[in-house]
Amino acid sequence: MKRTDYPALGLSLFETKLENGLTLCVIPRPGWRRARACFVTDYGGADRRFVLDGEAYDTPAGVAHYLEHKMFDMPCGSVDDRFAARGADSNAYTSEAVTSYHFLCTDKFEENLRDLLEFVSTPYFTPETVEKERGIIGQEIAEEEDDPAAAAYMGCIKLLFGEGPLGDMVVGTAASIADITDQTLYACHKAFYAPANMALCVAGDVDPEAVERIARETLPGEKAPLRSRDYGPDLGLEPLETRVQRTMDVSAPQFCAGLKLGPAAQGPETLKERLTAELAMRCLWGGHAPAYIGLYEKGLLNDTFRFSATYAGGVGYICLEGESPDPEAALTGLLAAEKGIDPAFFARQKKAVLGGFIRLLDDFWELTESLADGTFGGFDPLGMPAALETLTVEDVNGWIREHIVPDRFALSVIRPKEA
Amino acid sequence: MTRSRRELLPGVFLTCLQTEKFKTGILRAHLLTPLDRETAAQNALIPSVLRRGTVRYPDMGALGARLDELYGARLEPSVRKLGEIQCVGFVADFVETPGQDVLEDMAALLGEVLLSPNTRGGLLLPKYVESEREKLLQDIRARVNDRAEYARQRLIELMCPGEAYAVDGLGDEDTAGDIGYVALTRHYKALLAAGPIEIFYCGAADETRVAAAMKDALAMLPRGELDFDIGTDIRMNTVEETARAFTEEMDVGQGKLVLGYRLGDAMEDPDMAALRVMNYILGDPAGASYVSSKLFLQVRERQSLCYYVDSELDLMKGLMIVASGIDPADHEKALAEIGRQVQAVKDGDFTDDELRTARAGLSARMLSLTDDPARLEKFWLEQNVLGLDYGPEELAALALDVTREDVIKAAAGIECDGVYFLRGAEGDDDEEN
Repeated sequence: MKRTDYPALGLSLFETKLENGLTLCVIPRPGWRRARACFVTDYGGADRRFVLDGEAYDTPAGVAHYLEHKMFDMPCGSVDDRFAARGADSNAYTSEAVTSYHFLCTDKFEENLRDLLEFVSTPYFTPETVEKERGIIGQEIAEEEDDPAAAAYMGCIKLLFGEGPLGDMVVGTAASIADITDQTLYACHKAFYAPANMALCVAGDVDPEAVERIARETLPGEKAPLRSRDYGPDLGLEPLETRVQRTMDVSAPQFCAGLKLGPAAQGPETLKERLTAELAMRCLWGGHAPAYIGLYEKGLLNDTFRFSATYAGGVGYICLEGESPDPEAALTGLLAAEKGIDPAFFARQKKAVLGGFIRLLDDFWELTESLADGTFGGFDPLGMPAALETLTVEDVNGWIREHIVPDRFALSVIRPKEA
Repeated sequence: MTRSRRELLPGVFLTCLQTEKFKTGILRAHLLTPLDRETAAQNALIPSVLRRGTVRYPDMGALGARLDELYGARLEPSVRKLGEIQCVGFVADFVETPGQDVLEDMAALLGEVLLSPNTRGGLLLPKYVESEREKLLQDIRARVNDRAEYARQRLIELMCPGEAYAVDGLGDEDTAGDIGYVALTRHYKALLAAGPIEIFYCGAADETRVAAAMKDALAMLPRGELDFDIGTDIRMNTVEETARAFTEEMDVGQGKLVLGYRLGDAMEDPDMAALRVMNYILGDPAGASYVSSKLFLQVRERQSLCYYVDSELDLMKGLMIVASGIDPADHEKALAEIGRQVQAVKDGDFTDDELRTARAGLSARMLSLTDDPARLEKFWLEQNVLGLDYGPEELAALALDVTREDVIKAAAGIECDGVYFLRGAEGDDDEEN
């Protein structure tokens, strides 16, 4: 395995690519009790249309997530018991961009790793087991639909992307999952769960060579081709519509404002692009930014306010979410933020972003998932401090000038019912 | 990891965990005070008002700039409910890599926000108090937005009337609404003078250094007669013979079912490991054993009734809370199945594998905690309040020794005292079948 040292971080990364195309990343952390492994496929809620064995597939919203639920079934029963018996916490999640299977353990790391690799590469679905899951996922969807913050977000991405791979919720709807069958799941597994489309990332007091050996012993040796995906036509930077609202039982208006960033970078440039966006948003809207503090003092925002960037389906978009008595005024205030960032303030935000990155190194969830992210994006997440060093206030001001165009923001609001 | 504990100043206790393992240090300070409806909102408001500005850093911008200078250190208000004790204070975390050593600076900042607020004429600034009071009211009202948490809190309010435990950690709208800056200043000073303080540090610095830094930071702490008379009343039996049922309506599609149980006799001389293992068998969501637990397997996997169904203990208060999100039409079915699973645990109707898995789950959970400073702080605050001296490693070992008889004994006195159901308005869904 190739070893790269990061002396400033006090870490080393071991990585390699197996003949079957799987990328392995291991960060040893001596003295830690817990170890975390994630086995991640570059396949998420947005990857709905693809070609497999000459046939074009157009799968319903929620299929990647449905597949994730059913992967834990093995011909001999659920794999859950094996992890649980060793006190290992196993779980999975599906985002727009990826599906991640993972465990956190304090004992018998190698046995847990074997089980993880085995069950994720063993599709086993029957019409009965697939049918049975529909009630469970149906309640997961119902829960999300009753959640005002999720409802505001859902409204926002529909404004940005409409119906389709990027505008639909990852979990789907009761209607969209109604026709998913075992055959749908087999096709998606075959298309996207080949080692070449996956990454295995580990952090903990573990031996990198052992991880590589187990991966070789457990996974298929041949390399399957990567599938091309179709995310539909380029929708441009303008939202399809700019405003939507609905009412729910909520204490005060909840909002989500969204903006498309356009095509996302590929390869090493990705890190700089994402870092610039993060730093720019922090300078504009972070907890210490003048615009946020002004709106907080006026009572137009409270500490539920947050911002995020998402990269999936080849594009990026940002969301500003929170609660406000007047979301329209809050958004106006956020977008009226100083366009030329004060250089001293910028320098402090750089320091703070570096501190935030170092903090994440102790968070094995973030650490391992970021390695998978870097694998699929073609960049090195641990190169962050070096990339941050090169960023200037001009980079950030340029990003703001390019992207922060008030007319391009969409705003989704959940209002309380009239008393 | 080396642990130490000492009384730094009268009623000010410092718990220190020294380890080289982490790249981040944490420092936390909580004032402890009885949970009481009349004062809960005032207590909850104090840290938020203090966080608005200090003598040296008079507003949010100045405080923020200071934290950014310290490599993005964080210092946030903290309000917790621990049984019938309210804990208010601050939680801080900061980078601790070579060349970025900010412990003394952070200790000083913690002391500054706690003891030196921005005042005029000795009183907290009216504009800070009013602004934070509005935000506290928003937070209290916003409880309805998190349907699952709201249902849990409503069950507790309805099931425990007359018990301090019914009071939410943030207080309620009635008492929060008319808090003025003069009264709040008086209350703040009284709390500083009387409340025991628990300070927690986890990081690379040794104990003498932390103690010296915190002693300096709290040099101005005014101490009066200390109120050590804080604790939690445990109600052993149910309020009525049979569980009381409460139903409320909201505009939701999914129903939220919450069941409250009194742990009963097991709380006389609680066997903490056995009680936890018992709950892991039933369905504690924190354990790796959750996916093999009775509630998960029977209610979710076998019957497909829900996405989540879990059981949580409050060992301070002697309660067990089971909660699930279900189709309202499945209300009776879910209720019956949950009841059957609780009864099965009481009857000892579980396999050796279930017991082993629960023990392994609790043991791993406790060992894993030693890698997580924030959770270690919560663990030790509870232990300190309960007067218990053993750490997560000892509890992990105790977990492995829990026997079938221990579990049955721990479960023997469990009785359901209240069932709460939050649902859409009648007629919004299909008739119950």
